[in-house]
Amino acid sequence: MPTNKKSSVENQITDLDTAKKLGLLESEYEHIRQILGRVPNFTELSIYAVMWSEHCSYKNSITWLKKLPKDSPRMLAKAGEENAGLVDIGDGLACSFKIESHNHPSALEPYQGAATGVGGINRDIFTMGARPIAQLNSLRFGNLKLDRTKWLVKGVVKGIGDYGNAFGIPTVGGEVYFDDCYNVNPLVNAFSAGIVRTDMVAKATSYGAGNPVFIVGSATGKDGIHGAAFASKDISEDSVNDLPAVQVGDPFQEKLLLEASLEIIATGHVIGIQDMGAAGIICSTSEMSAKGEHGMDIWLDKVPMRQQNMVPFELLLSESQERMLIVVKKGKEAEIQQIFDKWDLNCAQIGVVTTGDTLNFYMSDQLVATVPAESLVLGGGAPVYEREYAEPAYFQEFKKFNISQVQEPADLTVVASHLLKHPNIASRKWIAEQYDSMVGTNNVSTNQPSDAAVVRVKGTDKAISITVDCNSRYVNADPEEGCAIAVAEAARNIVCSGAEPLAVTNCLNFGNPYNPEVYWQFVGAIKGMAKACLKFGTPVTGGNVSFYNQSADGGPVFPTPTIGMLGLLENYRDKMTLDFKETGDLVYLLGESKDDISSSEYLYSFHKVKASPAPYFDLEKEYTLQQAIKSIIQQKAVNSVHDISDGGLFIALAESAMAGNKGFAIQTDPRFRKDAFLFGEAQSRAVISVHPDKQAIVEKLLADHKVAFTMLGLVLSDEMKIDGTTWFKTADAREMHEHELGAILEG
Amino acid sequence: MKFGVVIFPGSNCDEDMVHVLQDVMKQQVVKLWHKDTNLQGCDFIVLPGGFSYGDYLRSGAIARFSPIMKSVIEHAALGGYVLGICNGFQILTESGLLPGALLRNKDQKFVCKNIHIKAVHNNSLLTATLDTTKPMKIPIAHAEGRYFAAEKVLNEMDRNGQILFHYCDENGVVHEDHTLNGSIRNIAGVMNDQRNVFGMMPHPERAAEEALGNVEGKAIFESILSMIATKD
Repeated sequence: MPTNKKSSVENQITDLDTAKKLGLLESEYEHIRQILGRVPNFTELSIYAVMWSEHCSYKNSITWLKKLPKDSPRMLAKAGEENAGLVDIGDGLACSFKIESHNHPSALEPYQGAATGVGGINRDIFTMGARPIAQLNSLRFGNLKLDRTKWLVKGVVKGIGDYGNAFGIPTVGGEVYFDDCYNVNPLVNAFSAGIVRTDMVAKATSYGAGNPVFIVGSATGKDGIHGAAFASKDISEDSVNDLPAVQVGDPFQEKLLLEASLEIIATGHVIGIQDMGAAGIICSTSEMSAKGEHGMDIWLDKVPMRQQNMVPFELLLSESQERMLIVVKKGKEAEIQQIFDKWDLNCAQIGVVTTGDTLNFYMSDQLVATVPAESLVLGGGAPVYEREYAEPAYFQEFKKFNISQVQEPADLTVVASHLLKHPNIASRKWIAEQYDSMVGTNNVSTNQPSDAAVVRVKGTDKAISITVDCNSRYVNADPEEGCAIAVAEAARNIVCSGAEPLAVTNCLNFGNPYNPEVYWQFVGAIKGMAKACLKFGTPVTGGNVSFYNQSADGGPVFPTPTIGMLGLLENYRDKMTLDFKETGDLVYLLGESKDDISSSEYLYSFHKVKASPAPYFDLEKEYTLQQAIKSIIQQKAVNSVHDISDGGLFIALAESAMAGNKGFAIQTDPRFRKDAFLFGEAQSRAVISVHPDKQAIVEKLLADHKVAFTMLGLVLSDEMKIDGTTWFKTADAREMHEHELGAILEG
Repeated sequence: MKFGVVIFPGSNCDEDMVHVLQDVMKQQVVKLWHKDTNLQGCDFIVLPGGFSYGDYLRSGAIARFSPIMKSVIEHAALGGYVLGICNGFQILTESGLLPGALLRNKDQKFVCKNIHIKAVHNNSLLTATLDTTKPMKIPIAHAEGRYFAAEKVLNEMDRNGQILFHYCDENGVVHEDHTLNGSIRNIAGVMNDQRNVFGMMPHPERAAEEALGNVEGKAIFESILSMIATKD
């Protein structure tokens, strides 16, 4: 009989061997025995294994995460306190936003892995009481020539699309990069932002002895068990055995859960609410209880189940999607039940809040686990480690690169074509069109794009501006500078859209933290992020750490600390766009040109030189540039603003031209190597176009801000002309730019 | 004129439609819940876009059995106006209120982008005041938008003027050999032969405000309102 077999596993007396199999260290097992004052049973050991996994406990990262700036007058929730960051945007409204990874599930099952990533991040937003209004995603894949990569890209894109489209929240932007380092382990980072009235914010807490505890939403099945633990180890050939650790998503249930959750929060009867993501019921019961300094008695047999014969550890650890745990004021049960009935969702009381801080789990009146909530959670009893780190040899090697080692190609139009078509630069249209980017009718970037997505807040004049950025090649070359650049680029994108940067959420994708060289990358990235966030006044509101992104044979992925940034426009009509508007407008380069091609797409993929430092970057100059851009936008002196990033000046010019269905004629600067001038990726630069009537105003504002600027030339109607030679017709450039990615993926 | 926007579980363009009718077109609008049967005295029912019942089984296939649809079908039989956008159009064909069916797009993928459509004639509520020579830029967002009907049905629809919109290029040219999603005869929108039930895949409510940088869809709402005002 299968039931008897499982219950014998339940009663099994645990030992160190079992603890190790569950991913715990010997010292951790000893610590658990001390906490409980006895040998834990299998259910209890499973609880600790998952709650003390890297994914839930941040045990290997928290000491460094604490060094990130957290404060600003706009912060309504500190990092780690709630399910997502909460930023005051004025007029009684707040924006809740967060980014999270779903890398390991996507590596094994790209469709469901990505879909449930989208589901999870949105639940983090609406569990705060906020209605999501826009999503982004940041994706990294391996070499696009590999069949496996194509399979991953198609699966991930379809997963994100099918889930997000049905859920009904627009996907308004994002980034996609390809590099061999992601061949085995792709990165799938999902971002969502929502709006909530500041007096309607829900908390992830639990208190008031006697208050009922409900589980709502989907029934619980055996999917996703040990998902958090799976996310906390390297991908290997054995990973296929972890397939049950991948969850299955249902966007229809999520949509109903969204509406029902916002409706119950509006009743004012909710004490606390938390979504069930990683580590399922055990995570939400322990985190809410620890926060509210109470205990809970939970009757696991009352949980609506998708399948029979589920044993306690499976019920506690299941990561079945589209579920929430809710603590309600006693006496209001019927009202809550009525709302879930309206939406045809499960709503079952599975427990009650108790005094003290003990979590007691019962199965048919039999106590199957009893643990102190506090001992399980981050900031409580979960272990905290200081990891060793050591500078890898490549770091100094990369710095030895000198531009003179690379010969300038005779025909630079070949480079231009290469870059326009390169998967890292080519139009993302093939991907973007599979996402509903317009539902909600708030995406004001659809017809007039900006460097960041601008999404209006209905009922006000305000708009949020959101972006996700990270050039991981820069971070690999120099973790500290590279991560500072990622923050700077995000802020630059926000500023170029006409908004004020407010706050950051991060998704820290790294290799195995027990590798000192990987940990060195992590530490460097945190240092760079901290200094840049401080400079731009954008505190870190939270996010997610994803270690173990590497494969047994391929080594770690590039360190990829994805920065999600939130900006605010008081009036969406004041947004700035990146497209050239009028033939005859003057085209300027803002910022300093450099003889610098380090870590550029040009150097890396055209010359195939993989070892070079991060590109030129100066945080102070970056800040000054951004202040200058804000002022020329505020003074309504410019017609377009576009930051210079991947592919350098030429690609920035081409993107502005293609977006506006225009062209340009520019002169290069003989003081610099022409390839560096056009394709170098030195930071802190932007391309603007200005009506000739505004020339004097713009030049004065730029001079006042002490920002270097160069008039490059003019906006033309339909061709791209450099130093008097027509390089491309805009229509031909667009064909190259838009055709390539789809052609490779469909091919 | 009182509009009613039906909310099915999984509808996700309901709020967008309410917003345009109420805040942009300044009309009286009520939301109608799928479990109810009372149309609250609405003159004009809109079935919005989305993924009703998750679009499980087949788009619109489950929604047609909801209690509210019984009332909507009665309303239509009495000559009341019904408009279905996207998933709403799919529900109307599944309910038999409109001829034809909406199949999986020819390339099997969901697609969201601006496309162009052109009104076929002016002899309908939706197209009465539209310029039949001018392409309109309106977004689509669907995976199952490939219109199909039997040749005989299509010929009859053609004769009755039931075909309302064709997909076309940005210059207004309808390409016989090339269609956007595989729709037969480039059909983007149709009506019933009683001329009171309308369905279209494109989303005019996503192109009806200056804020979004595209107001070309607004003309369809203006056409509806101008004709109703004339009748009143």
